[in-house]
Amino acid sequence: MKPIITLLAAGAALTSAAAAQDLAILNGRVITNTDQGQITSGGVLIRDGVIVSVGANIVVPVGVETIDADGGWITPGIFAPFSQLGLVEISQEDSTNDASASDSEFSVALDVADSFNPNGTYIATTRIEGVTRFAVMPSTGSTLFAGLGALGNASGDRDSLFDTQSFVFADLSQSGASSAGGSRSAAWAYLEAAFGDARAYPGRYASGQGDALSRYDAAALVDVVRGRVPLILEVDRATDIRRAIRFAAENAPVRLVIFGAAEAWMVADELAAARIPVLMDPMRNLPDSFDALGSTLEAAARLDASGVTVAYTTQTANGYFNARLLPQHAGNAVANGVSWGAAFRAITLTPAEIYGVGDQYGALAAGYMADVVVWDGDPLEVMSAPTHVIIDGEETEMSSRQTRLRDRYADMDDTTPFAYRD
Amino acid sequence: MSLDWKQWTALLAMGAMAACSGTQDADENNTGGDDGEEADLVRFDLDPYPSTYSPQTSETTFITGATIFDGAGNEIETGDILIENGRISAIGQGLEAPEGVVIVNAAGRFITPGVIDVHSHLGNYPSPQVDAHSDGNELTQPNTAEVWTEHSVWPQDPGFARALAGGVTTFHVLPGSGNLFGGRGITLRNVAGRTVQDMKFPDAPYTLKMACGENPSRVYGNRGTSPATDMGNMAGYRASWIRAADYRDSWNDHWDDPENNSAPTRDLELDTLMGVLEGEILIQMHCYRADQMAQVIDMSEEFGYQVTAFHHAVEAYKIPDLLAEAGVCAAVWADWGGFKMEAYDSIRENLALTHAGGVCAMIHSDNALGIQRLNQEAAKALSDGRRMGLEISDAEAVAWFTSNPARALGIGDETGSIEAGMRADIVIWSAHPFSTYAQADNVYIDGALMYDRANGVQPVSDFELGQIGEGDD
Repeated sequence: MKPIITLLAAGAALTSAAAAQDLAILNGRVITNTDQGQITSGGVLIRDGVIVSVGANIVVPVGVETIDADGGWITPGIFAPFSQLGLVEISQEDSTNDASASDSEFSVALDVADSFNPNGTYIATTRIEGVTRFAVMPSTGSTLFAGLGALGNASGDRDSLFDTQSFVFADLSQSGASSAGGSRSAAWAYLEAAFGDARAYPGRYASGQGDALSRYDAAALVDVVRGRVPLILEVDRATDIRRAIRFAAENAPVRLVIFGAAEAWMVADELAAARIPVLMDPMRNLPDSFDALGSTLEAAARLDASGVTVAYTTQTANGYFNARLLPQHAGNAVANGVSWGAAFRAITLTPAEIYGVGDQYGALAAGYMADVVVWDGDPLEVMSAPTHVIIDGEETEMSSRQTRLRDRYADMDDTTPFAYRD
Repeated sequence: MSLDWKQWTALLAMGAMAACSGTQDADENNTGGDDGEEADLVRFDLDPYPSTYSPQTSETTFITGATIFDGAGNEIETGDILIENGRISAIGQGLEAPEGVVIVNAAGRFITPGVIDVHSHLGNYPSPQVDAHSDGNELTQPNTAEVWTEHSVWPQDPGFARALAGGVTTFHVLPGSGNLFGGRGITLRNVAGRTVQDMKFPDAPYTLKMACGENPSRVYGNRGTSPATDMGNMAGYRASWIRAADYRDSWNDHWDDPENNSAPTRDLELDTLMGVLEGEILIQMHCYRADQMAQVIDMSEEFGYQVTAFHHAVEAYKIPDLLAEAGVCAAVWADWGGFKMEAYDSIRENLALTHAGGVCAMIHSDNALGIQRLNQEAAKALSDGRRMGLEISDAEAVAWFTSNPARALGIGDETGSIEAGMRADIVIWSAHPFSTYAQADNVYIDGALMYDRANGVQPVSDFELGQIGEGDD
């Protein structure tokens, strides 16, 4: 993990101190994601981009700007644990799609930070729906390794990646098996060999080649092998998930995260015992492949009941245009048996914890970074929407290219030519 | 005298019945021509794969105490519905339950007509997505108006049952969008059947899928054949309509004067296009961009046919006036976009703005997951519309997944609204259907309880029988 905050400590701290507001958000139902639980009517006080107090009776210092939540909901920002935000503008136009590189000679070493564009239009369309943080996840190309992921915020600022080389993503599902040569056996042999290469790096490469990886890719896998950053494995079939659990046990201290996980509920006890978290889409319920015959709307509730750590994704929508739909996906988990609190944590605090930043993001508590969203109703209801989105203590613009198009075409009776309208 | 399509239909139907050894009396279909003339006429069967759907047994049922959205734009507080012989026999407040009927207490719950999806690939792109199941798009030439997608529908798609759990009672399956003319679509009841004929909506008109834009020009341009561009797309449609008009004229000449005009050679592709020109087959056209929709409307006037609905009309909000004037419906997603250049200008207010502009607008899924939650998709579009200041009632928005798609499929006099005489296609929701937390509790098709969440009444496809997922939603 390369925490940019630390690397740029001096400069970043100065900039944010200068820019961040002191801000109080009052008069709302506060969802804290802490032992404080829900506060029926209360607020949050922010100083220098950090939350300093949360409660029913916030003392607001004189002169501090306030936002009236107007009886709405005040929550931590949504943290999307799966996205291609900043990587894809139009998925079918290769020139605008940097999610994968199937013709590259490299795989593990492909770093999404080099592709990420904070000016991508979907950063804003996602932010105004309440998503403040996201993982930027590469897609697989030439091998089952997709590359190195990063963590970003939705401000659209130049430095909106706050952590890079944060995890490695690899596909061990049927598509990964296909890219490895045609079977699960081939995929697992490749993964084991790649781990061997990284473990033997750099010595093995002084005198020869790796079993699976080039020298450059092996170097990029070292932090995963040593357990410094997570390995996110896409796996759906129950028996493949068990294979992954065994892999984790045999390759300690690797930190495994299961992505996809259609049949994870069938081996939930083993996942819970191994403390392996799961990134899954609670709306995925079709037997869309023979890996996913056990797909069900009940999956999220069954995993939760078994004590598995679960964060939700928009895998069945996509990660660039519609990571913004995460609250709807969580709401459907509630409709199918998950408690509201657990479902909301699964799109806020739990993803932050899985990525190792749960002490900074995902909760409203003193000392947490001030990512706060004010909603006009229950955020998991499809008819609710944010009214204010605050990132690192700064209120952000509630407009996007899409709202501009909306406004341009809102009035068919206006005689101003469309191209001359705002 | 020129025969119109209705007469032609009757003639052809009569021919088909004659082949059934006179099991039915064909006299009512006789157009009055004398026997000698009839003998010279070439006829063919317009309905060679007829619906064998028959409703499941239903009981006379009285549903009481619910908030009812009737699909026709009305909301009835604490309303009652009486179902008899599979049809709605009464709807209103304070109705009396007849003696001895099944009474369903729906107090505190919500009722809508059965959900209708005007754009689905259930059956022709079924789950699981294995190579053998890619049956939705005959990508062999740009005009495949000759294919009928009902011949690709797999009746064991597990997606049917998932859609039923989301309240879907009727859906329209279309061929894919890689061709200019993709082939005929088919409207199905969401009932498990051994054959697709068992699912066919009785007497629903056939449809023809057409496609604008990037898909056809990409598919054929990459092969170095036409169409390779948007202008190639337009040329391809127009050339086909010219041939179709000739074909129609040749048949009409034959029927008009069979002694002097022999029948043209049957052509499946042109049969379908002729049906469009005669107004019997409804055009369902994949078209994203406003400018392309406008050109297609002009083309429909050039050749004298009606576009029934634009599907995926991501830019409908830019031209509600043109759509309303042409009487073309718009079927859209709530919030999909960005996957192609022509989907780049997607906005969340598209449906609400288009509706407010006087267009027959509706939600659609194009997706086996989305079809399960069209109520939520409509809710998102409604809330975004209201947030920008449009005044749209809940009851109006319910039409987006009920009566408006019924209208676009030509079945609006049979389903899509809860009115006396209509098929009793009804969903009882656990909560307001615009809540994320609402579930379809009971789903009735033709008055028969086909899905009952609390009591585990649900279909299980052959595919899932004995598999891990059997019985899970």
